[in-house]
Amino acid sequence: MKVLLPTSVHEACRMLAEQSDLVPMAGATDLLVHWPGRQDAHEKSYLDLSALSDLRTTKWTDDTLTLGALTTYWDTALDERVGREFPVLIQAARQVGAIQIQSRGTWAGNIMNASPAADGVPALMSYDASVTLTSATGSRSVALSEFYLGYRKTVRNPDELVTEVTLPRRAYDFGQFHKVGPRRAQAITKVGVAMTHQAGVAADGWRIVANSVAPTVRRCPHLEYQLDAGPLVRSPDDFLQSVNADVSPIDDIRSTADYRRTVLCRLLYHSLKGACPMVV
Amino acid sequence: MQRLEGLSKLTGAERYLDDLVIDGCLWGMTVRSPVSRGRIRGLHFDAGFDWSGCVVVDHRDIPGPNETYLIENDQPVLAAEYVRHVHEAVALIAHRDRNMVRRAVAAVRVDVDREPAVLDYRAPLRPEQIQRGDDNLFKKLRINKGDVDAALATAAHVVEGEYETGAQEHVYIENQAMAAWLEGDMLVVLGSMQCPYYVFNALKHALKRDASNLKVVQAPTGGGFGGKEDYPSTIALHAALLALKAKQPVKIVYDRDEDLASTTKRHPAWVRHRTGVDRDGRLVAQDIEVLMDGGAYVTLSPVVLSRGIIHAAGPYSCPNVRTVGRAVLTNSVPYGAFRGFGAPQTQFACERHMDRVALAIGMDPVEFRRINLIRDGQTTATGQVIKDGTDRHAILDRALENAKFTERKHEHEEFNAGHPYLRRGIGIATIFHGAGFTGNGEVYLNSRVEVAGLPDGRIEVLAASTEMGQGTNTVFTKIVADAVGYEAGDIVIATPDTSRVPNSGPTVASRTVMVVGRLIERACEALAQRVQSAPGAPRLRGSALKRAIIDWHARHPSQELRDGATYVPPPGVSFDDKNYIGDAYATFAWGACVASVEVDLRTCATRVLEFTSAQEIGRVLNPTLAKGQVQGGVVQAIGWALMEECKFKDGAMVNNQLTNYIIPTADDVPSIDVLFVENPYPNGGGGAKGVGELPMDGPSPAILNAIAHATGADPCAIPMTPERLMPMMPDATAV
Amino acid sequence: MQPPSDTDKPGLRIALTLNGKAVEIEVGPAERLLDTLRYRLGLPGSKEGCGEGECGACTVLLDGLPVNSCLVPTFQTRNRDVRTIEAVSPESLTTMLNTGATQCGACTPGVVVTASWIHDNPELAKRHSLRELMAGNLCRCTGYDGIIDGLRAWIDVDAGSQTP
Repeated sequence: MKVLLPTSVHEACRMLAEQSDLVPMAGATDLLVHWPGRQDAHEKSYLDLSALSDLRTTKWTDDTLTLGALTTYWDTALDERVGREFPVLIQAARQVGAIQIQSRGTWAGNIMNASPAADGVPALMSYDASVTLTSATGSRSVALSEFYLGYRKTVRNPDELVTEVTLPRRAYDFGQFHKVGPRRAQAITKVGVAMTHQAGVAADGWRIVANSVAPTVRRCPHLEYQLDAGPLVRSPDDFLQSVNADVSPIDDIRSTADYRRTVLCRLLYHSLKGACPMVV
Repeated sequence: MQRLEGLSKLTGAERYLDDLVIDGCLWGMTVRSPVSRGRIRGLHFDAGFDWSGCVVVDHRDIPGPNETYLIENDQPVLAAEYVRHVHEAVALIAHRDRNMVRRAVAAVRVDVDREPAVLDYRAPLRPEQIQRGDDNLFKKLRINKGDVDAALATAAHVVEGEYETGAQEHVYIENQAMAAWLEGDMLVVLGSMQCPYYVFNALKHALKRDASNLKVVQAPTGGGFGGKEDYPSTIALHAALLALKAKQPVKIVYDRDEDLASTTKRHPAWVRHRTGVDRDGRLVAQDIEVLMDGGAYVTLSPVVLSRGIIHAAGPYSCPNVRTVGRAVLTNSVPYGAFRGFGAPQTQFACERHMDRVALAIGMDPVEFRRINLIRDGQTTATGQVIKDGTDRHAILDRALENAKFTERKHEHEEFNAGHPYLRRGIGIATIFHGAGFTGNGEVYLNSRVEVAGLPDGRIEVLAASTEMGQGTNTVFTKIVADAVGYEAGDIVIATPDTSRVPNSGPTVASRTVMVVGRLIERACEALAQRVQSAPGAPRLRGSALKRAIIDWHARHPSQELRDGATYVPPPGVSFDDKNYIGDAYATFAWGACVASVEVDLRTCATRVLEFTSAQEIGRVLNPTLAKGQVQGGVVQAIGWALMEECKFKDGAMVNNQLTNYIIPTADDVPSIDVLFVENPYPNGGGGAKGVGELPMDGPSPAILNAIAHATGADPCAIPMTPERLMPMMPDATAV
Repeated sequence: MQPPSDTDKPGLRIALTLNGKAVEIEVGPAERLLDTLRYRLGLPGSKEGCGEGECGACTVLLDGLPVNSCLVPTFQTRNRDVRTIEAVSPESLTTMLNTGATQCGACTPGVVVTASWIHDNPELAKRHSLRELMAGNLCRCTGYDGIIDGLRAWIDVDAGSQTP
């Protein structure tokens, strides 16, 4: 195994430009799972980002919150200002693994790992987060909701690093994250959903983002539209049509497609009843 | 008294097998079968791999019979021509580099001509699936009391039910680990185990080795729960075969995924009840059928089945009982010992059934149990007369009282009426557990304990009983201290080492304190007698005994002062193990549980809100340890009831990761309320009965009874995962 | 000490603070902190229970926060602070001993490291329950009551007051 130890983002990007099969590594909470048993992973080359302290920052501007790529769940979970403006992030952060994972796992790593069961991604996506991809030649910003192309596939080019995640600061009057796992902590999500609503926005104010019900974490446009425009939802089943249009859950060793679909409808219904005029 | 090795464990100073540095040690690993059943065509070693540093062992390297010594010797040490389950051991490789041995194992392909496997123990057999006799049966056992058919024919009510329990993984936190090496002609095996003499006998048999050239030593053991009862024989044989061939020490330490996939689990079971009840709610007939999945080899299935059927009718008085039990072969990893040993499976069925019968006849489930709980002078299913003076009704009452049963029931009903999607319920179970080996098992074991008076006056206990977290060493120390009036610091518990300690029997079956503890007391008496000045003088205790031991050594320089005791059954206990009539156990421990649960109708996930466990286990020798046994057992049972599910493909566990095999975290369970009703048992060490297994029996039915109360659903299988519960929900509770 | 493997040639020289002392070691790039501690540095108190970051038996403090050392590549500890179970003083563990916080002991070092972190940061209990904070340490013996009771008593002893 080979590991490169850059000391600046610039150096990291240069290394990546020279060797595009480098695997970027931050908290390593995904990369090192079952490490001794995965001898083939020992043959790869890694780019260690952990020492790039520039990336472990939480920056506020008038319009945005920017999380550096090394910002961990634990960093965020303790941040009261984030808690006030982006409560869904805190709800999600506290439900990732347990303290040992929250202290190491990063929001950016969660994005890059591209698991459909990622808990950080739906929370970020529900706030219209965007991802900054940086290479030796420059930076670009991509909406997180457009970051995934398919199962474990992203728009990131091999020479690019995720360096920042940026959230627009807006007034929200609703925000919830629900994680349904096989137990209350230390669990991989069987079905999850992040929901936000922008205060005072009549159309396109809802964001519904589901995880573990499609090949990627996914925004649910049919559900969002239904919450704005109807038809009226009088029971969880009234969401079914939109849910079926938005997601495609499967049976796997963790749960079943039916269970995931049913629970998603019920979570939506009971969370939004009273909060959204379309849900009665 | 505090746990003796407690501080050593808390500070991380305790040295488990993998913590020990063994000079020149190789790492061993196992090549396993990729298919569930078939004839081995051959092993293919990748020519591109550098095999120079590898030591490879297969069945041809076994000096004696290729058999793992246990009840029947049908399990090979290494599969020779045939495999019967995925992950069955076929060959072994050792290398000084741990990564290299992993790569070496990956560079071996086992070619097998697949044959039709049995993957569902309940499904009818096709002829091409037969692998044993003409029906794949491992064992059939029967209990017959009275005339069940006649009683059912005239019963006021007959209620039937079918119940199912799943496989369960032990998840001891220390994985299986063993090391072996030669010291001259002496083969030394050191590792994580419950039963050093099981390992010893297995090595002696398959290695055809003289007992004098063999010793087995227990290393500190990071949890067992039955998982280190029989399996350590296998891994010990593997380490020994590699060490003998390599002529170097070999360590085998399983990774978690290997441990989950290839070691024993709790037997899955299916139980059918047909119960006759009279007009007053008295049981008049229990007709019970028990079917257990034994896995690929016999291992311990006959005795698990035996304990299972003896407990199947519950702690109730019923004049007519018929229990027929079968354990059958399937092409899965062999199922083995797990805390409770068959009794949790059958008592889950019985206790869930009791609630369903009560519902069917319109009686309160508490009242229904009260009517039928055994009273002194009444008999169990095997006709054993219970006369221990324990008030089983009082145990139930204490549990209900502590749990504020009636109050909670009302509160839950009120809560449910006002909540859109949470439903709370409460459930109970009354249980019993036979302590010690079943029937004449203790007589056959013929256990022996010795104690030595050391030259400095201290007393050393020599027993093969192991400490694996349950507190053996602490409680043995307490038993000696009470027996001879010593301070704990003057008592030494010998490391279980077969070259030093006699065979006090396996550390299983809740027998250690009760049976072995009593032997220690008797051995101490014998020792004290031997050093007393004149026959008939008052028995020496405390400092007088210590002085007498020191004096004895002064008179007998460089001699050993040892005495011992061998098991004698309590008077009046007898069991006919052919017909299953009589005293199945010298005594039973009794208990009652109350569970409050909350079911989230959105997700159908169940959370245990409160849990009370009341039990009578004779005298409680160490309240902290006893409470810890109950709390740990209850939480393990909560896991089994609600979340622990082994998922299989081609007979192999596919969720063999702790990410996917889910056990409870601290945040998934409430504080477990424990209370003891004490009734000293005269034949148990310090007046104690067994406590290890009883806690596993009650929680799963109490929880499912509570789910039924909360939701109106009728769940009869565990684990009752949300995915299973959801389709069972009555329409009225749809949210 | 014999490291578990040298397929991965040592070659990375790193400096870190280990249990309060500055150390410099040479490690292989593929080496996990858990293996470095156990097999290279002779600190086998941290245990491997799962190798997948689920059980917490290998918990150590990295820059003061609990981490699973099976998921930390050793090179990432360069210029950082690592504290293991070996740095916890035995005298501080009386309450845990009294409540039965350990049985088999295999999960215990990780449990104690997390507990010591909570003890040293009592303000955590304002936002989190003790059970939530301990959820990353699986224990199969105690049912958790012994651990939670011992931890609560440990915090109370030193805080001189009751935690909620």
